[in-house]
Amino acid sequence: MTDATKTKIQQVEAICHGTVIDHIPAGQGLKILQHLQLLGAKTRITVGFNLPSRLMELKDLIKIESRLFTKKEADKLAIFAPNATINIIHNYQVLQKDQMKLPKYIEGIFSCLNLNCITHKEPVLSEFKLVKNDQSTCLTCIYCESRFAQDLWDKI
Amino acid sequence: MFSEIQNQLFNSHIISVSQFNRSMLETLIDMTARMKRNVISNALSGKIIGSCFMEPSTRTRLSFDVAIKRLGGQVIGFDNSISTSSQKGETLSDSIQVIASYVDAIVLRHPNEGAAYLASKLSKVPIINAGDGANQHPTQTLLDLFSIYESQKKIDGLTIVCVGDLKYGRTVHSLICALSCFKIHFVFVAPEALHLPINIREDLDKQGISYEIQNNLEAAVPQADIFYMTRIQQERLDEIEYKYITLKYLFQAEMLKYAKPTMKILHPLPRLNEIEVAVDNTPFAYYFQQASNGMYARMALLTVLLNKQVDWS
Repeated sequence: MTDATKTKIQQVEAICHGTVIDHIPAGQGLKILQHLQLLGAKTRITVGFNLPSRLMELKDLIKIESRLFTKKEADKLAIFAPNATINIIHNYQVLQKDQMKLPKYIEGIFSCLNLNCITHKEPVLSEFKLVKNDQSTCLTCIYCESRFAQDLWDKI
Repeated sequence: MFSEIQNQLFNSHIISVSQFNRSMLETLIDMTARMKRNVISNALSGKIIGSCFMEPSTRTRLSFDVAIKRLGGQVIGFDNSISTSSQKGETLSDSIQVIASYVDAIVLRHPNEGAAYLASKLSKVPIINAGDGANQHPTQTLLDLFSIYESQKKIDGLTIVCVGDLKYGRTVHSLICALSCFKIHFVFVAPEALHLPINIREDLDKQGISYEIQNNLEAAVPQADIFYMTRIQQERLDEIEYKYITLKYLFQAEMLKYAKPTMKILHPLPRLNEIEVAVDNTPFAYYFQQASNGMYARMALLTVLLNKQVDWS
């Protein structure tokens, strides 16, 4: 590991190969671990919660050894942390840095909050349209057309 | 009224009012008027329609049945879920795929929101949503829209007053969505607890549609072309609040002295305590004509869904 890398990734133990999700809003890290079902896998994961951040005051950070994200996983991540960055690490170096982008459509990530929605009764994946307003993101269930503000999801 | 007539709806699923554009709505209004002028048609000759009502319905089910028969079609189906395989645990997904293989279209009412959309993903024949829980009931909106047009001879430029449960009422939400394709001024009259949801108001703002919010029913009478009354559901309120609200938002015959002579009162029915019975025999009451329009609106929809070539003469 170079000195520069050591300085850059010093708050949580460095990884050799894998993915670092940085700039996660403080408090969202655990949700990301749960929703991406990262804890069930046998991969090595190191996390940092409420780390000091120059840009965000406090942030969460997740490092996953020997694991790259699929597009679907990246979309899931963007719901919880639309401003996060994904760093692909190879040999302790940042090989690629990607800014998250909020998808227009997600499938199978959340259950619909409307308990009378047909998706709770039938063998189908939930589907949502995402619409970003000036201030927040709104999720509309494709099935029951219920509309939910992002802050409602954040409380789950 | 309408110059552009084309059958954009052939073989499509009818799930939500939001899928209609102005041209489609105009087509359906024109077709409904045509059906009403001449109810004898063979547009569904040789067609069999599945009438699948998984929960109770009176007007919608009967008007669909009679619409199909008046168009020369045949109906199979059920009027509750008790006699179906859903009682044995069969999923809607499986039921729909089986029924779709027997019929030319399916009219579906289901207690769960989103059921019609799910069915449309699995069915090879058109699904017509006849009500999915508290979500959508597009054919009610079509008959409401036609009734507005029929009673006023136009839609653009009208002032439409919506009264009652504007928060949970599915018919009023769908009607507002459909009327948003036209140039309308809305007046929303509701108790504070049952006002129009903020997201619908935001949609109206985005579309530049003018509206005002009032809590005094009588004050809205002079400017109204249409009063669209909705039922206030008792279970939404405590007993004392319900009594207070039903009294305050009751349309009384004496209020009609302030009305424009052409004003009409609509109500999706069933009516409970929203309109005084004394209003029924005045020229302002239009809710029973509105209910009878359900058959014609459904005939029009079935005709355009199942016929690529439609005789528009």
